[in-house]
Amino acid sequence: MKKIPCRKSFTETLLELARKDPSIVALASDSRGSVTLGEFAEALPEQFVECGIAEQDEVGIAAGMASCGKKAFVCAPACFLSTRSLEQVKVDVAYSHTNVKVIGISGGISYGALGMSHHSLQDVAVMRAIPGMTVILPADEYQTREMTKALAEFDGPVYVRMGRGAVENVYTDEFVPFEIGKANQLTEGDDLAIIACGETVVQAVHAAESLKKAGIHVRVLDMHTIKPLDEEAVVRACKECKAILTVEESSPHGGLGEAVSHVAAENHPAPIKIIGLPDEPLVSGTSTELYEYYGLDAAGIAASARALLEKLS
Amino acid sequence: MTSITDLRKKAIEIRKGLLQMICDGQTGHTGGALSSADILTALFYYKMKHDPANPKWEDRDRFILSKGHSVEGYYNILADMGYFPKEELKTFSHFQSRLIGHPSTKVPGVEMNTGALGHGLPIAVGMALAGKRDQKDYHVYVLMGDGEQAEGSVWEGAMAAANYQLDHLVGIVDRNHLQISGDTEDVMALGDFAAKWRAFGWEVVEIDGNDMEQIVKTLDELPAGTGKPQMIIAHTVKGKGVSFMENVAKWHHGVPTPEQLAQALAELDACEKELD
Repeated sequence: MKKIPCRKSFTETLLELARKDPSIVALASDSRGSVTLGEFAEALPEQFVECGIAEQDEVGIAAGMASCGKKAFVCAPACFLSTRSLEQVKVDVAYSHTNVKVIGISGGISYGALGMSHHSLQDVAVMRAIPGMTVILPADEYQTREMTKALAEFDGPVYVRMGRGAVENVYTDEFVPFEIGKANQLTEGDDLAIIACGETVVQAVHAAESLKKAGIHVRVLDMHTIKPLDEEAVVRACKECKAILTVEESSPHGGLGEAVSHVAAENHPAPIKIIGLPDEPLVSGTSTELYEYYGLDAAGIAASARALLEKLS
Repeated sequence: MTSITDLRKKAIEIRKGLLQMICDGQTGHTGGALSSADILTALFYYKMKHDPANPKWEDRDRFILSKGHSVEGYYNILADMGYFPKEELKTFSHFQSRLIGHPSTKVPGVEMNTGALGHGLPIAVGMALAGKRDQKDYHVYVLMGDGEQAEGSVWEGAMAAANYQLDHLVGIVDRNHLQISGDTEDVMALGDFAAKWRAFGWEVVEIDGNDMEQIVKTLDELPAGTGKPQMIIAHTVKGKGVSFMENVAKWHHGVPTPEQLAQALAELDACEKELD
């Protein structure tokens, strides 16, 4: 089975949609290569806007175009788009409620060896904190495809983060449920719920498989939409499982783990362990090496799961 | 309304209205609202195609108040033109009023929320680019402050406007030479400001931005079809029209006392009489 990066799945789907819908426009910040918008730019030059290396301008232009009826998809590396342009996202997109989709590419630690300047580990936290923003991290190419279709129909501001490399698929061409704001339960179990998002979901699934062999039954939730959070799924997990483990390729501050903890604390407190990346500049390496080093891979997640359950027993 | 005298009178009426509103709300950015009153009057009552009965008319000219803090004149004009009831001006900045201290899209006629400086030009670029791609004929006007020119995003927008040859985009800078901390040349010098815009690929014209005749003439004579965005550097007087506010930096956001308001209104009434 071919594997393509989420960003490629996004741009292929967007091109397909844009051919039928001239109101769709894609904007890039000298990023058409990294975003994989090259084919889009060639096929539909009137629906493509090159903004140069100017992410603030890029978001402002997108907001202006959206106010004139365009469905604007503003694409750039997540590290720059989510922090340098944050005020434009806050004011021109969220506050003015323009129909702009802010698409962060090569997010998280995709650019592992390029250093903290190129990591986007705060994007989920800052975007969550802006009123009116929807925040989505797709898990694989198939979900990205369905998400992109949903975004073209969704009128309002959304932040999306996806990674750079091809990721192992969680879903299949035929089985890929996706509804904004609704978590997908991927495995059955009530010993532990693992709630993951983005490219950690497949690692959570593998962790659940290995834990099952040890007699630990894990419920894996793919929480692709972090805002609005599927509170019902979280509360149900808190009620039905012994503990919750959240997994994210993000800073531990303000991300999925804290969103889940908030809902749990207010509704049905349960033991929770948050796994993410540490609050410090990271070591150098590929994203695979960093996943392993920081315990975000299947083995690391399984180890954290066992430790959490042992602590409770 | 097309006569210069009528427009001058209207600008005086807007100045009186905005001063009253600032006193009613006990807050406001007085100096910049006064300096930009003539430009706004010329745009809304003379130049722009727009329809208060249909604020979202697809082919309307667009206006963005990038120096969003000078909202008081803008609100007075929108109310006067019928976008919302004039009575509401009294609620400026009051509890739960939609007339907050920066333009809000909750107010009919306002295109975008502004208030963070340096945002208006990129938004206007997006609007003008959308119009160009859709082969629409509308113009986009964006009014910026001179202090605002220190924001890097202004120059990102300036580059993009020239790159996309947006000749339906008109930038106007309310060049009143004062910002909150003092003279623009002391805070962050603009230097040869016109040369900067020209170097960025814009058509540039410098005018007296408090002279209605010059403003109208300039708006009418902007060169068409040049493939270049247009910049009007409008030299103005901060606090224009009220003797004790003119060129005084502290009136950037000063609120007049009842006595000061009375004096200001009397001065403006006298100016109005001279026009009869």
